[in-house]
Amino acid sequence: MIEVRKLTKRFGHKTVLRGLDFHVERGEFVALLGPNGAGKTTFLRILASLTRPTLGEVRIAGYLLPSQAGAVRRRMGVVSHLPLLYGDLTAEENLRFYGRMYGVPDLESRIRQVLDLVGLAHRRRDLVRAYSRGMQQRLAIGRAVLHDPDILFFDEPHTGLDQDASQMLDTVLREVASQGRTVVMTSHDLVRSAGLASRFDVLSRGVITASARREVMPMEDLLTFYRQAIQAA
Amino acid sequence: MKTDAPLATAEPRALQPPLSFAFLRALWAVIWKDLAAELRSRELLSAMLVFALLVILIFNFALELDMRTRATVTSGVLWVTFAFAGTLGLNRAWAMEKDRGCLDGLLLAPVDRSVIYFGKAIGNLVFMLVVAAIVLPVYSVLYNTNLFMPGLLLVIVLGSIGYVAVGTLLSSMAVQTRTRDVLLPILLFPVAIPVLIAAVKSSGGFLQGLEMAEIWPWLNLLGAYDVIFIAVAFMVFDFVVEE
Amino acid sequence: MESKPQLLKLLDGITLVLFVVATAMVFFYAPTEAVMGQVQRVFYFHVAAGWVGMLSFLTAALAGIAYLRSGRRSWDIVGLSAVEVGIAFIFINIVTGSIWARPIWNTWWTWDPRLTTATIMELIYAAYLLLRQGIDDPDRRARFGAVYAIVGFVSVPLTFFSARLFRTIHPVVIGTNQPGAEGQFDMTPKMVQTFVFSLITFTFIFADILWRRVRLGRLAERVEQLKLEVVQ
Repeated sequence: MIEVRKLTKRFGHKTVLRGLDFHVERGEFVALLGPNGAGKTTFLRILASLTRPTLGEVRIAGYLLPSQAGAVRRRMGVVSHLPLLYGDLTAEENLRFYGRMYGVPDLESRIRQVLDLVGLAHRRRDLVRAYSRGMQQRLAIGRAVLHDPDILFFDEPHTGLDQDASQMLDTVLREVASQGRTVVMTSHDLVRSAGLASRFDVLSRGVITASARREVMPMEDLLTFYRQAIQAA
Repeated sequence: MKTDAPLATAEPRALQPPLSFAFLRALWAVIWKDLAAELRSRELLSAMLVFALLVILIFNFALELDMRTRATVTSGVLWVTFAFAGTLGLNRAWAMEKDRGCLDGLLLAPVDRSVIYFGKAIGNLVFMLVVAAIVLPVYSVLYNTNLFMPGLLLVIVLGSIGYVAVGTLLSSMAVQTRTRDVLLPILLFPVAIPVLIAAVKSSGGFLQGLEMAEIWPWLNLLGAYDVIFIAVAFMVFDFVVEE
Repeated sequence: MESKPQLLKLLDGITLVLFVVATAMVFFYAPTEAVMGQVQRVFYFHVAAGWVGMLSFLTAALAGIAYLRSGRRSWDIVGLSAVEVGIAFIFINIVTGSIWARPIWNTWWTWDPRLTTATIMELIYAAYLLLRQGIDDPDRRARFGAVYAIVGFVSVPLTFFSARLFRTIHPVVIGTNQPGAEGQFDMTPKMVQTFVFSLITFTFIFADILWRRVRLGRLAERVEQLKLEVVQ
């Protein structure tokens, strides 16, 4: 589903990603871990076609980025740590806007469906400005799945959420990921990721230094695995 | 020098033919969103309006607009007012997208980038025209002149189109710099001078009741500017928003 | 580091010689103009400087297009260099224009369309530099610079037309109903030769300075690169 070969990204003379290789099968939920500044957000932005690579090849569902990005954007949904929502519009209006941009059929019923999914149906007429951070994130996920994408990218979605909000978010994430979608999620939070992902990859200093499937990684070993991986670069 | 990847997404424009239904629907979505959000918050319009009225007030004291000089000076005063109020609106329009990262949301959508440009530009145009719609009657009342001539209204529309066409492009750049608000007038005014001159001259012509033969060259210049810069902005906008 | 290429050394030599000869021609070969007197000699370098300014602007716009299409940083350096050269020469153009205007029309400034357009061009160049200054990311800086160079260049002819139209319909009040108002005068063959020679000389100066500035830019890039390699 996602094929990355020798991906390099430079900003001016600063190299952020160095010849990175990455491969994700359909239906996998990959937690991309790594310290600050490792390049996780940059990497995710490249996958989401928001930034173009300096060198290397990125293919999503067989389409080459960035030249064929237009064809595959419809199949991607992105949640970043910024909500990507318009505060002066209601939740409904936000979804309606994105629905029109994506050409979602049966928009009104789909909006209702999505609002139910993220548990915000009772607040749909409220301005997003009045939402708590946790509610905004849930609505953001709703926006991301509105057009029924089969590939999802989450960039540290738990940022700024308290325990309760995080748990609610996890429920939604699980629900959304369970429908056979391919998910890549960057995260700081090892424990949270452990509960959601089917695979852990570690990005350190611009390359993937380790990758392990959840079946073979008992919880107690996760921290050691991570620590070793970030020193390996 | 190492060769970096070429810049423009080489998506053939044919992927989303302009004026296709999807294009128009997305365009409408962007325009509607900006208008609806503005209707709720009224931040942009109130700022532009208050600013415009203040400018007119200042001109009154600065220029001592008595009956005689007023006819020749009115068009200049109006257009300076529109130009300055316009820059306020232009900056706010993009700031709204950038501050909440919403620009990414627009870029992720499977639509041609020009939808974003045209959507924003049309939204900006509407705001400028709304400001003009309020400034004109106020000016008419304050100075006891009748400004409601079809010729003048035509010039306001044509001039605003040109100003907004360049302004939307340049503000999309200015908003991504550190010196955001200061930079837009610096970038915009030298490049918008043909529009401003032509708009002032043709509005002045209509107000003074000059012969059409004298006004035509200015209207032509306005039209030419509008077409040229809409085309240039359309071709170049992708490079501004795509990283 | 790269040492100065042979061709550039040759160009330096030629340019210097041309400049000396051109100056000599302006002062000794060209005749004194009947109406304006000695001050008219400013004209040769005034127009040549303006010509270089236009050439610079065109170069910056073309470099901008080239950068957007290829993504190669060298085009960005060319664009920036062209703008810097242009700022200098348009400034010379404006100042010499003022010097020329003063004794003849007793004013430091005429709203002559060419002078007005030159001033606006200068402002666009300055805005270009300010735009670049406000951006940290080198790639974005290059892209935005390229876009503005193109937009600026497209606006110049339109500005010129509007300024000229402004003048024909509303002539400026201050002493311009004289025939020499636009600075027109008949040129004798010797004047034409001096004029053309000045243009050629200044074109060489343009090429020489531009090349040197581009070299400087490349070396500066190299330094940045080395600095980062040391840090990483």
